[in-house]
Amino acid sequence: MQLILKIISYIGLLLTVVPAFLVFSGVIELSFHKTLMLIGTLLWFFTAPFWMNRQRHPEESI
Amino acid sequence: MKKTLATQLDAINEYEREPVPESKLKGLKSFVGMYAGEHTAGTEFVIGPLFVVHGVSAPDLFLGLLVGNVLAVLSWAFLCAPIAVKARLTLYYQLEKICGRYLVSGYNLVNALMFCFLAGSMIAVAATAVGIPFNIEMPGLGDFYPSSVGWAVTVFLVGIVITVVAILGYEQISRFANVCAPWMILVFVAAAFAVMPQLGITSLESFWQVAQTRIWNGVPVDGFSKFTFWHVTFFAWFANMAMHIGMGDLSILRYAKKWEYGFASVAGMFVGHVMAWIASGILVAAASGEVTPGPIAYGSAGIAGAICVVIAGWTTANPTIYRAGLAIQSIVPSVRRWKVTLVVGLVTTIAALFPALVMRLLDFVALYGLVLMPMGAIIFIDFYIIPKIGLRSYYAEAVKTPFNVAAGVTWVATLVLCLSLNYFQGIDIFFLGLPGWFIAAALYIGLSKLYQQKKPKQAEIKVSANVM
Repeated sequence: MQLILKIISYIGLLLTVVPAFLVFSGVIELSFHKTLMLIGTLLWFFTAPFWMNRQRHPEESI
Repeated sequence: MKKTLATQLDAINEYEREPVPESKLKGLKSFVGMYAGEHTAGTEFVIGPLFVVHGVSAPDLFLGLLVGNVLAVLSWAFLCAPIAVKARLTLYYQLEKICGRYLVSGYNLVNALMFCFLAGSMIAVAATAVGIPFNIEMPGLGDFYPSSVGWAVTVFLVGIVITVVAILGYEQISRFANVCAPWMILVFVAAAFAVMPQLGITSLESFWQVAQTRIWNGVPVDGFSKFTFWHVTFFAWFANMAMHIGMGDLSILRYAKKWEYGFASVAGMFVGHVMAWIASGILVAAASGEVTPGPIAYGSAGIAGAICVVIAGWTTANPTIYRAGLAIQSIVPSVRRWKVTLVVGLVTTIAALFPALVMRLLDFVALYGLVLMPMGAIIFIDFYIIPKIGLRSYYAEAVKTPFNVAAGVTWVATLVLCLSLNYFQGIDIFFLGLPGWFIAAALYIGLSKLYQQKKPKQAEIKVSANVM
């Protein structure tokens, strides 16, 4: 389950940043980049808190 | 039996008056996340544009940012972190041992007020984005007082949410910053790249030419002074002077397993400051000089950009309110931290209503560092030098005095000297931190020699550079 959450989180980050480089390269329009970035943002915040915080506990207890 | 919310909040132990125990130390990742989040802040959306307004040239900006931020990281790593991991005390408790209860109470009041204003500016920046979907009339950077009821309500709601998170403690703040940091940094980078074609940047080769002619062209806006390499260097170094040289981050780095974690500040300085100031400068140029943070982020990255401004303000305001809470609690230790933080959050929210906080951010940041810096010099000298010249560290605690005159005179005299140089000689405030530190150090050594005549009643000194 955690692996799936992580994969979705990283897809969210990719959707946040990659479209901007596509705008820079002239492949997509600015408005489409904004939509993709919002989708990426939602994916990140709905998945990352679950695995990021869990991972920190064992490290802190050492 | 069900615990009440108050009981649960009371149970959050932040070790305000004792060293952090071994079991509570945190790993490097916590600090990297904290620094990256804290220094990729809403205020970067103001500082970056102000460099443009002050006519910094592109070479001066890039070189100044490099030099200044390297110096800032070294200040965290070699000045603040080693003392933090040896003493493991909050800034305020350590100062109380050196300065005595009365003096440190005065210092803490000033400190807490500065933190409130700083956090207030971040709440104000966040509110410029929150108001976009509601079409609320936002204040311009020239405004001093709240410009509309909508603005006041927006600031109030943002302030309440941020205060509640700060009340829940360092753990929650650190987790929140950790989750936000990677995404927030990518939004800054992405937004800048997305608007580059509007400026005529279509390849990495064309960036430098456009940067020099259309972004940082070296011409200040009418009414603003011209900034040079030295302005950028010293601003970058001393933007967080209160935290590193001023030792404010003793309260955070006392949780570090090793002093080397002070280098985690590189995440805040380079991924945060350098990248964010450059990116926000590009966004301003693309927005034809518009400098209000919410709209410029919304224009380049849409709703995600506006969310980024809110969160960037949030992740910085949170630890700042937390620090202000610690400062006040050291004055009234019997009152629970969450109650203190609630009051601090309300004061901060009221301060955020005034847009002048954002409008004069560069001046305020420089002044805030300067005011707190002398106490950082006193802590450094007390820890490393005082025991080596046959004097007492933690003198106020040793002789049970509520006011260490040597420390008090050092603080006030340093500030008077530095502010006189600013007022009479016209030297910019952010150039005064460096000579000010040496003035404070020399004064504290000299005055301590004169002052520490009477025999300490209590000989026990638990922490000093000699025994560590």
